[in-house]
Amino acid sequence: MKHRRRDALQTILAAALCLGLTLLGGAAAKDFAPVLEGHRLAFPEDNGAHPKYRTEWWYITGWLTDAEGHDRGFQVTFFRVGTGLGADNPSRFAPRQLILAHAAIADPATGHLLHAERAERALDPLSGASVGNTHVWIDDWSLSQENGVYQTTIHSASFDLELTLTPPGPPQLNGRDGFSQKTPDPANASDYYSRPQLAVEGGLRLADQDLRVSGQAWLDHEWSSQILPETAQGWDWIGINLNDGGSLMAFRMRHRDGSTLWAGGTLRHGDEEAQILSPDQLHFEPGRRWQSPRTGAVYPVEWVIEIDGRQLTLSPLMDDQELDGRRSTGAVYWEGATRLLEDGQEIGRGYLEMTGYWRRQTGL
Amino acid sequence: MSSALRHVFLASLWRRRLATTLSLLAIALGVALGLTVQLIHSAALDEFGRGIRLLNGAADLQALGPRDGFSDALYPMLARSPAVDQASPLLEIEARLPDRDETLKLIGIDLFRVGAVTPALLPMGEDPDERAPASGGQLDALRPDALFLSPAASAHLGLGPGDRLRVQVGTREQTLRIAGGVPGAGVGQRLAVMDIAAAQQTFERIGLITRVDLRLAPGVSRATAQAQLGDRLPPGVALLTPEDASSETLGLSRAYRVNLTMLAAIALLTGGFLVFSTQWLAVVRRRQEFAFLRAIGLDRAELRRGLLAEGGVLGLIGGLLGCLLAYLLTALAFALIGGDLGAGFFRGLAPQVQFEPILTLIYLALGVLAGLGGAWLPAREAARMVPARALRAGDEAEVYRARPRWRTALAALALAALCCLPPPIGGVPVFGYLAVALILTGAILSLPGTTAWAMPRLPAGRSTLWRLARARLTAAPGQTVVAGAGVVASVALAVSMAIMVDSFRGSVDDWLTRLLPADLYLRASDASASGYLDAEAVARVAALPGVAAVRPVRFETLRLREIGGETSGEAGHAMALIARQVRADGGLPLVAGTLQPPTGPSVPTPVWISEAAADRLRLGVGDAVTLPLGEQPHGFQVAGIWRDYARQQGSVVIEIADYRALTNDSRTNDLGLTLTPGTAPEPVMAAIRATLGEQQSEMILPGELRTMVLEVFDRTFLVTYLMEAVAILIGLFGIGTTFAALATSRRKELGILRHLGLRRRQVGTLLATEAALSALVGVAIGLLAGGAIALVLIEVVNRQSFRWSMDLQLPIGPLLIFSLAMILLAAIAARLSGAQAMRQDAVLAVREDW
Repeated sequence: MKHRRRDALQTILAAALCLGLTLLGGAAAKDFAPVLEGHRLAFPEDNGAHPKYRTEWWYITGWLTDAEGHDRGFQVTFFRVGTGLGADNPSRFAPRQLILAHAAIADPATGHLLHAERAERALDPLSGASVGNTHVWIDDWSLSQENGVYQTTIHSASFDLELTLTPPGPPQLNGRDGFSQKTPDPANASDYYSRPQLAVEGGLRLADQDLRVSGQAWLDHEWSSQILPETAQGWDWIGINLNDGGSLMAFRMRHRDGSTLWAGGTLRHGDEEAQILSPDQLHFEPGRRWQSPRTGAVYPVEWVIEIDGRQLTLSPLMDDQELDGRRSTGAVYWEGATRLLEDGQEIGRGYLEMTGYWRRQTGL
Repeated sequence: MSSALRHVFLASLWRRRLATTLSLLAIALGVALGLTVQLIHSAALDEFGRGIRLLNGAADLQALGPRDGFSDALYPMLARSPAVDQASPLLEIEARLPDRDETLKLIGIDLFRVGAVTPALLPMGEDPDERAPASGGQLDALRPDALFLSPAASAHLGLGPGDRLRVQVGTREQTLRIAGGVPGAGVGQRLAVMDIAAAQQTFERIGLITRVDLRLAPGVSRATAQAQLGDRLPPGVALLTPEDASSETLGLSRAYRVNLTMLAAIALLTGGFLVFSTQWLAVVRRRQEFAFLRAIGLDRAELRRGLLAEGGVLGLIGGLLGCLLAYLLTALAFALIGGDLGAGFFRGLAPQVQFEPILTLIYLALGVLAGLGGAWLPAREAARMVPARALRAGDEAEVYRARPRWRTALAALALAALCCLPPPIGGVPVFGYLAVALILTGAILSLPGTTAWAMPRLPAGRSTLWRLARARLTAAPGQTVVAGAGVVASVALAVSMAIMVDSFRGSVDDWLTRLLPADLYLRASDASASGYLDAEAVARVAALPGVAAVRPVRFETLRLREIGGETSGEAGHAMALIARQVRADGGLPLVAGTLQPPTGPSVPTPVWISEAAADRLRLGVGDAVTLPLGEQPHGFQVAGIWRDYARQQGSVVIEIADYRALTNDSRTNDLGLTLTPGTAPEPVMAAIRATLGEQQSEMILPGELRTMVLEVFDRTFLVTYLMEAVAILIGLFGIGTTFAALATSRRKELGILRHLGLRRRQVGTLLATEAALSALVGVAIGLLAGGAIALVLIEVVNRQSFRWSMDLQLPIGPLLIFSLAMILLAAIAARLSGAQAMRQDAVLAVREDW
């Protein structure tokens, strides 16, 4: 069982180094290309990695249903991090790019997240992120795209995932043609597109159960050199596949006092044209709170989101979907499967991410 | 019995305080020396083992290559193999520290990989300016200048986070920043850790690693993995188990350790002899006392037990003193010379004195055993006597009537000769040591026979005293056994060591002279460290005025996976590779073959192998051999076998031109300089310093180097010299106590001589003459035995332990002086210790009989 020891390794390693998410901010933004408005995203080239920018991620979240009808959430994330180091070093080990990966399963039967992570320097052929097409991998963890269909493989001590994810249509560009502003200062921005409504098929191993699963997922691909300013505490984000075939992405950056610094989103109903949401069209209202018994952090696990006067409610698959990475990546955040309700009726399913509730989210 | 034991036996130890003290001292010294050697080594080995475990971590196998490393393309190949669960690449470098003139073990790690195999090497960042985790500090461990020091290295260098450390690369310097520690390394290991990419770049080793640690997939055995992966490794890279890899160093130090232990054992044996001689004489002197005790009811067994108890108590007290002394000596040794006893096997370790209960008990037991063993024969003799006869005066002479034991002596010597034939067991020349013990036994057993044979053959002479002494020894050859056993043992030991060390020193001296033909030697650092001279530096030095020619030498190591067509336990162990000019310079001390092999296009490339390499590879002159150079196999032919005292693991010399053509490696480690006639070396040295930098080069004149090497040699043998001195001291103690006791036991005889008109001074002279004659026989036998032991040490023990030969050299002058001194000292010791006995009134002494 190759992965067992690997997980032990990651724990030890990360404990010593506080690598991982917090590491994403390691290098100075000036070493990297800025994200500028007006740059047109082109596919399939932009499916691949963008090593000139500091951070980049392929972020898959979704719901899986097994043969018995049990619902579980899952998350698979690959990060590429430019370190700004080793540019002049011809060594194959030169740590110019790091590849990090996270995977988690939200199973109400367990009551908390199962999660695993890996970290490596990009070192062909052991790990890397290809330019020009989606292929990012660390040893036997991988995400790739072939003929438009994504495939991901994850092996860990507590679970294995082997999924194919088929997009129904073209990428959904967020913000202004893929330029997603994060704060009032347009320097804090990313290039950002989503692949909502991914049809998922595959296998999930949990302990000794081998399950056939299917469901819907969401892929975010985002790269930037500078997102979070010093004044920001963290962010709240949702990516919801709507039952009508549409999609809703919404986020807000928070001040240290919890007030909204910036917000944005993309809403599409069915086959309609997508609507780009500006900060004044969106309002996030935290609802019921849940306190983590591990970290003591308090998260609003239920929300009311107002979009142009529509009242939408978020209700989690389970309360405890906190990812406690204190012993590994050093990051603590809530990342969980969520239902979207309108007038008490479920209109979509997706994921909610809340950062900066334990301590200020550094990096990114 | 217990009160009898106390009053009769143990109290007697107190009455003859001098003899008791000397016996105690001898045993204490033997125990102390032996235990010290063991304590130092067990502490050093402990720390060494800790280092090995720390550096090997949980590795199942390690891929190892030449010292300077192998292609890092091998790492992904290994990491992706299905047999491998975890692979961690390492680049180990001995970094020369130019300002400190020392080296630091520096390990380049992939911190994403190292945790799986050697978590103890994980660096821990420490930013002195920012206590809170700051975004800038997160990547610190990956920064090209970040160095992490183990606690021991940090303490030794006196550096902490934020400080700078200068390291030498080639002839240049790089400055590294101490970014934190390696807390897992423990307190005894001096090492530093940095990112592998940074290490490759800083030390100009791009594309090279020195080791890949592997953890195998579950269910895959080491043998399976070795077989599967072995074929995919390039020549010169071997897959070893960590035990194999560490036995490389342990194997080297083992022979040295065993040798020292044996020396200590001999010291202890000599102590046992001293107990024997003092007990023997105590028994003789108390013969009537014992007879009386027997007559009033003490039985045979009780008498024997009592006498054995005397020996046992001596051994116990001596052993306790010795153990105490051993711990003191160990602490002193760690404080003064470090853990390697001067031999340099365990550099970079800071071992601590530790209480070793089992070792201590063993040596205490050995001390008791020496005491009991020494008391055994005298006790048996005393128990055997017939009380009625022993009560009569003059019966003591009985015990000196030793039978010659020629048959046993000859059997021992014959057995010793046979013991020289078998090979070593596990690298330890067990049979060689057995031969030494047998020669010693044979020599001592031949003492009475030799005395009985030699005395009548001495010129009769006209002097009364001379005749008396001669008659006494002819009639009572047992007296020489008692006095002479210690002398034989100590002289044999001292003489054999003297011959061996002298031969060794002479051979090393000769070897050095031949190996150092140039006028001046230059290097950037020790060959194993990070300094070297590149082609450009060599060219600059060669162009300096006064330099007539330069001789570059390159040192590398190579690994042969198969030895003699089979994979033996030592397969894959590193061997030294020396690339230098041979045909043009000569300078190899050959024992076989030629320095001028034929040249030509169809002639294979010549290689000269050391004796150890010839042993290990089972090769002779003219044999073909395939050596991996630059990860390619190349065919060579053995042109000669040479003597190499520097590299026990074996070494291989090839022409530097051949080496460079095969490897494209143009680095130079040592540069020999021939100066134009009439040029003094000093200005050239100054010019080199100006060219290469003040601290970046080390220069030495061959004479200085020779002196330095011989100094190291002498330091290494310091322990040996110490043992020799102890052995001689013990031998002299033996003579002194023996004659003191003899004089006491012969009071009556001496009294009669006084009555017959001998003056007190003449009695003294008689005793001195007897002692000198005893010593003469002892020394003569000791010399012969010592010579024989030296031969065994040179031809068997050294050959088998270190795999090198040496030319026998007899230091005749010093041996002669030493022998005469021993005889003279014996006479003086006897004269002085007999003085007390002679002070007694002659009339009273004689009256004792009636």
